Parts: sequence; C-alpha cells; structure tokens
Amino acid sequence: MKHIKTLTKATLKESAVKGGCGECQTSCQSACKTSCTVANQACENK
Amino acid sequence: MIHKFTQDDTRIVLDVNSGAVHVIDKIVYDILDGYKEKTVEEIIEQFGDKYKKEQLVEAIYEIKTLENEGLLFTEDTYVNHPAFKNRQPVVKALCLHIAHDCNLLCKYCFASQGDFKGQRSLMSEEVGKKALDFLIENSGSRRNLEVDFFGGEPLMNFDVVKKLVAYGRSREKESKKRFRFTITTNGVLLNDENMQYINENMDNVVLSIDGRKEVNDNMRYTVNGSGTYDIIVPKFLKMAKIRNGKSYFVRGTFTKENLDFSKDVLHLADLGFDNTSVEPVVTEDCYDYAIKEEDLETIFNQYEVLTNEYIKRQKEGNGFTFFHFMLDLDQGPCVVKRLSGCGAGSEYLAITPEGDIYPCHQFVGDEDFLMGNVTEGSIKKCTQVDFSNAHVYNKEKCNNCWAKFYCSGGCHANAYNFNHDIHKPYELGCEMEKKRIECSLVIQAKLMNQ
Repeated sequence: MKHIKTLTKATLKESAVKGGCGECQTSCQSACKTSCTVANQACENK
Repeated sequence: MIHKFTQDDTRIVLDVNSGAVHVIDKIVYDILDGYKEKTVEEIIEQFGDKYKKEQLVEAIYEIKTLENEGLLFTEDTYVNHPAFKNRQPVVKALCLHIAHDCNLLCKYCFASQGDFKGQRSLMSEEVGKKALDFLIENSGSRRNLEVDFFGGEPLMNFDVVKKLVAYGRSREKESKKRFRFTITTNGVLLNDENMQYINENMDNVVLSIDGRKEVNDNMRYTVNGSGTYDIIVPKFLKMAKIRNGKSYFVRGTFTKENLDFSKDVLHLADLGFDNTSVEPVVTEDCYDYAIKEEDLETIFNQYEVLTNEYIKRQKEGNGFTFFHFMLDLDQGPCVVKRLSGCGAGSEYLAITPEGDIYPCHQFVGDEDFLMGNVTEGSIKKCTQVDFSNAHVYNKEKCNNCWAKFYCSGGCHANAYNFNHDIHKPYELGCEMEKKRIECSLVIQAKLMNQ
C-alpha cells in the first residue's frame, strides 16, 4: 500500500480465539503500583 | 471505533476493537474524519482542492481494503466471549505486606510512611504461611501464583520472607503450583548476603528510587532527614548487575516538584539501569506536590521528550526499557485479560501483617474494603464479585474510550479515592495513560524497520 503501512494486524481478535487461560501476571506485581497498565503484560500462552 | 493521532511527523490510526495499528500518510489521516458518514464522491469533493483525485481514490481504496480485511472500523464482539462471560474469580496473586513499618519517611508515601495509618507491625511466619495456604486453596486450576513481598519495607522482616519462600517452594509439588516471588525494597538494608538471596529466589525485584539525587532526596529520606540517594545507588547498581538478565526494575515516582521527570528516567538509564519505571504520584489535591490538570500539558511534553530519546538510544544500540512504554503489539495479553483489568479485589489481593485481606495494597487500612482474614480461610465473595464486575463494559467512561483495551479500565483504587466509585476512573490518570499509549505506538512505528 502507498498510503498505509500496517504495524500490527488484528492481534486482539486473534487473541480471543484461545484467550482467557488466566495464567498471566497481574499488573501490580511488576513495576507498577499506582497506575494500572495491562497491555504491557506478557501472555503466558504463546 | 478508531483512534487517530499525530505525534511529531508520525500519523497513526488504531483500530480499537481488532487491535490493528497502521501508520498513515496525511491524505488518509484527513479522509478518516467522518469517513463512515460520507460517500466516495463526497470525500473527493471535500478534499478536491487539497489532493489530486487519483490520490484520493487510491487512499479510499486502501481504507476499504483494510475494512474488508477486518483491520479498520471493526465492531466490539468480545462482550459475550465465553472465557470472559463465564470467568470465575480465582485468586492468583497476593501482595504480602510483610512489614507495616519502614526505615524511611518518604513525603508522598501512600502507605502513610509504612504503617498504612495503623500500628507499626511485622507479619509473623504463621500469618504468612496461612496467606500462602489461602492463595493455593483459592487459586482453582491456575498454576502460576505470584507473591510480592511488600511494605513498608520488607527487608525489615527478611527472616520471615526467607521462611515463606521456603514454605511456598515446599508446597509447590503437592499442590501443583508454581510460585513467583517479587520483592519491592527501598534498598537501605540491602547487603551482599540478602542481595545474593534475593537474586537466587526472586523472580522479580523492584528497587525504589526516583531519579536524580536532588529529586530523590527531596521525597525519599531517612528518619533523620538525610536523603537516600547516596546510600542506595551503589547497592542498586550491584543488585542490577548480579541479576544478570533476570527481571528487575528501578521504580520511581514523579510529582509536581519534578515535572521534568524525563530527566529522571534518563538519569536512571545513564546510571546503567536497563529497566525503569517512573510513575506519576497519586495523591489528594491538597498537597503541594500533587499533579493537577494544569500540569498535563507539561507532562505530555515530557513523555514526548522521553519518546524521542528512547527511540534515539534504541537506534544507537544503548536502549533501555521504560515500563510504561513496553507495548508488545504481537505478544501482549489476550483480550480477555484486557477486559478483566488489573485483577485487584478478585484475582489479586493484599494481606496485612495481621492477615487481613484487602482488594489491593492501596485499599489497605480502609475498613470498608476489609474482605476477611487469611486465618478464617474465606473472603467476602460479594466484594470479590463487585471488583470482578468493575470491567470496561461496566464503566461508562471506558466503554467509549479508545484506550480501554490498553489500560483495561484503570486503577480501582485511584477511581475510588478520587470519585468514591470504582466504576468512575481517575481522569488525570486516564489522560496520562492515553498519552503513554500513544507514545508507545509512535515508538513501535519509528522502530518498525530496525
């Protein structure tokens, strides 16, 4: 494409297929204790 | 729903529901305004003065291609996802308040200088073991369990930390669980012996420091008023070195008194720390150091300064990790996790030295949120369900927000402390989070060919 470069495809949609195992880390166990960020956690199921 | 924005010379559109991210040129950026409400002819007419017709047709064709591929203007179809709809609240992580006591008197401490507005106390081995038993028993089929030794200052009760690590390990095999231990420390009591133990036994180490000496010492000082920077930096550097690739973070807080916090993040990187997290202070408006709405523009600018330096250093080969810019677009959490949020009050609980259970470390001491005691073995299910249901679909402001799958509804404690309702997010926090996400996407875009 000339006008659009796709950085990432439908990762959320794809994650819904096998998501929800719940084995991942909780946000505040890492380096955040006062401002919630979930999207920077890693998936345990990949 | 889409979200488009420009930062410096980079234009990005995020397709919120699919998670697709695209870097776009000025034509597409302009066309996307009201795109769904217009016909092709109307778009060509509207922008005919600005762009050539063939350019517009080409750009519209590309947009339509992405739409057909499910990468733009997709619908939110997750609300009825079985794994989300039928999720059972199980406890998988504890913040273990091993010490409600501290050897520092940090000015901004949400733990009220370590005692969480109660008596100074240390967790006993017996209560700690009950907490780990409680975690195992309430974790259902989850295998990975997390325990953060927190305080106050956990090193003030380090013998109990060691006993609990040993106890947790001793129960792993028969319970078919795996414990991941983290310790959060201000560093004052670190020595060669406990550093070696921490390195061998902790999956993650969080080291508290705010950045530049004058900034750190302005907030983080000992009981006799002297700053901690000179005490902790050599120890933290040593700790970081012996981690040798294992996870650790230096973690700080910025306040209104150091709104130029990008310098603190970069200072920590310059000291040699690879993994950094510096978060905005969350406190009542009455304090001089509280962040206010009027500070947002400065803060946004600082995140942009940090973004540019972050990219520059990555390109030069001396990059570092900034926790809030860590956004792995391909390996991130699944949408079910993103909908469920941080897990406080449902999957993640805080335990006081006396064994009292609270939704998270920030609720400790607020009797309205007392959920039980580990010695009793059960918790107030209604509170657990309330927190579990406080997800993005049940928060009016989050429902229509483009960032909902990144922040997952924000911090419950911040929402409650500012708006007295866990369903009403803390607005300044939202604005800063949105800016951080945009910066993270810009970083991804600018490093995409690296």
